[in-house]
Amino acid sequence: MSKYLLALVVSSLSTMAMAEEIKPAIVYDLGTKFDKSFNEGVSNGAKRFTEETKLEVREFEPANDSQIEQAIRKMASRGSDPVISVGFSQANALGIVAKEFPKTSFTIIDMVVDQPNVRSVTFKEEQGSFLVGALAAMASKTGKIGFVGGQDIALIRKFACGYEQGAKHVNKQIEVFQNMTGSTGAAWNNPSKGGELAKSQFDRGADVVFAAAGGTGIGVYQAAKDNGKFAIGVDSNQNHLQPGTMLTSMIKRVDNAAYDTFKAKMDGAWQAGVVSLGLAEKGVGWAVDEHNEALVKPYMEKMAELEKGIIDGSIKVHDYMTDNKCEY
Amino acid sequence: MKVAHVNQLLSIVLLPFLNLLTAFIVTTLLFLMVGIDPWEAAKILVKGAFGYEEGIGYTLYYTTNFIFTGLAVAVAFHAGLFNIGGEGQAYIGGLGVGLVALGLGALLPAWLLLPLAMVAAAVFGAAWAAIPAYLQAYRGSHIVITTIMFNFLAASLMVYLLVNVFAEPGQMVPASRAFADSASLWSWQEFMAYWGIEFAASPLNLSIILALICCVMVWLFLWKTRWGYELRTVGANPDAAIYAGINPKRIIMLAMLLSGALAGLVAVNELLGVQHRLLLGFNTGYGFAGIAVALMGRNHPLGVLLAALLFGALYQGGAELAFEIPSVTRDMVVVIQGLIILFSGALEFMYRAPLQRWLLRFAREA
Repeated sequence: MSKYLLALVVSSLSTMAMAEEIKPAIVYDLGTKFDKSFNEGVSNGAKRFTEETKLEVREFEPANDSQIEQAIRKMASRGSDPVISVGFSQANALGIVAKEFPKTSFTIIDMVVDQPNVRSVTFKEEQGSFLVGALAAMASKTGKIGFVGGQDIALIRKFACGYEQGAKHVNKQIEVFQNMTGSTGAAWNNPSKGGELAKSQFDRGADVVFAAAGGTGIGVYQAAKDNGKFAIGVDSNQNHLQPGTMLTSMIKRVDNAAYDTFKAKMDGAWQAGVVSLGLAEKGVGWAVDEHNEALVKPYMEKMAELEKGIIDGSIKVHDYMTDNKCEY
Repeated sequence: MKVAHVNQLLSIVLLPFLNLLTAFIVTTLLFLMVGIDPWEAAKILVKGAFGYEEGIGYTLYYTTNFIFTGLAVAVAFHAGLFNIGGEGQAYIGGLGVGLVALGLGALLPAWLLLPLAMVAAAVFGAAWAAIPAYLQAYRGSHIVITTIMFNFLAASLMVYLLVNVFAEPGQMVPASRAFADSASLWSWQEFMAYWGIEFAASPLNLSIILALICCVMVWLFLWKTRWGYELRTVGANPDAAIYAGINPKRIIMLAMLLSGALAGLVAVNELLGVQHRLLLGFNTGYGFAGIAVALMGRNHPLGVLLAALLFGALYQGGAELAFEIPSVTRDMVVVIQGLIILFSGALEFMYRAPLQRWLLRFAREA
């Protein structure tokens, strides 16, 4: 990771001389900027950009759906460029505004908007989930592992599907228990229910559980700690939350997506189109740091092999969203 | 000056003005504490809300929603009922609009479809209010509790429908497919263009005319019809109403049905006018803000209209403020709104007694 950062710093230094002055802007997803997850990831990327370049990033947190379109339009009309639109709920609004400002560069995260001046960044969550699934299967002694999702939407089923594939890849006989926390947005922030679901999975014999459930995950990790089992974090590196219990975290680098957009625009390298960030692009991955180094040490070799396989295509990970099925 | 005059002057002009002023003074202090120039902020807020066509459009678009929910609360209030359920009634009103627009959109022409969708919004909103109304009238369950609970029921129902029934396959967005073109209310821009006048694009649409008509209708109903009289009588004194031969149970039903129907019309503005699809949480906050609007507007349609305009301006100007001054966060704007609600709603009568005394003394001396 640090090598990667170093490379970025070096490359940014070398391009500084010919960099353009840009006026970057972000319109966040509904909810708040400091959500410990999606928005905050984007905000961290912007912060990194500001620290390196001293360019201020203009930000707006919409309070309702109609403010999204208004904010994107206002950013564009005040000359902000590029404008990052965060989250799938902004696709409609961006589709309209992007047409009105053909000269402005827009980037949308987590969704595809088909316009000549829009860069759509999506993530191959199934690849990251595959890796942590494989790790879970290797670390499991009972041959049973669990998954706790947040709101039951397609995106989370995509996580679950990748996780299951990874586990089955390592151990064909493994049993994967899956539970979703709920059907409303409240499912993203219900730690007590997350804890109960995790406990019921432990009772059925699972000894590693992966939570793709936002704030609900905190309860899952706590339950894992209380029961002496392993847990896997999601989105950002959550290894530090319960050191010793957290086997790893499946990471989704939305911060990089934001940072790279600004950086590329600055260097004149920004391009429209659809980018899907997977393992190869370092858009998704699994976290190793001082908190879990000892835990994952025996599996490092196998994990590296799997990573290589996914990157070179010898391991195919099925994406749930392509056909709404988890058959592989 | 007579006592009645003094009271009228007080409650219509002086008190709202003083309450607002207090709220703004506290806001100013708050801004100074955070290190924002309050004069600059005020300028941005006013200019953002009324300074240019797009801003005006947004202000009036929010105003439209607040008129509907404000009237909804006001009508129920005149019958002595506190309808906290505008949020849920608006949401279910959206279900009515969605069903009509998605189901019949391809079959019917606009002139038939749009009125039908509006009626559906009102009927669905009213139906959602009917259950708490029945429970209050015939079972004595308190309307505040039941309407609050019905907000949650509405939210759960809509999430279920949007995620499992209406959502397009392969889409993450919990929203229905787009309505047919015939199910779209003219935006103000299109409306003005019809008369050859240019107006900037904004979510403002013809619903605002519907909202103004509702203001007049509510006024006529409450003060010019027998039903309205009965409704106000029940609100003023249910025992006296029974003595006068009025059936309070029927009136409770009537008031709540009307209230729910008005709240349901929010969906006309949001779905037919702006979003053109059924989506998650389009109603967020408008139902609750309606309570503040009705309180501030003293439950009179004209007052509701003015209070709705104030809140519309605060919503739009506030967004502008958050946009222009980075240190003003979205939460800061909510604090301003909260202060206004606090001083003109909760502390409504803070100045009343001293002012009344002072004014009366002044009147006697004169």
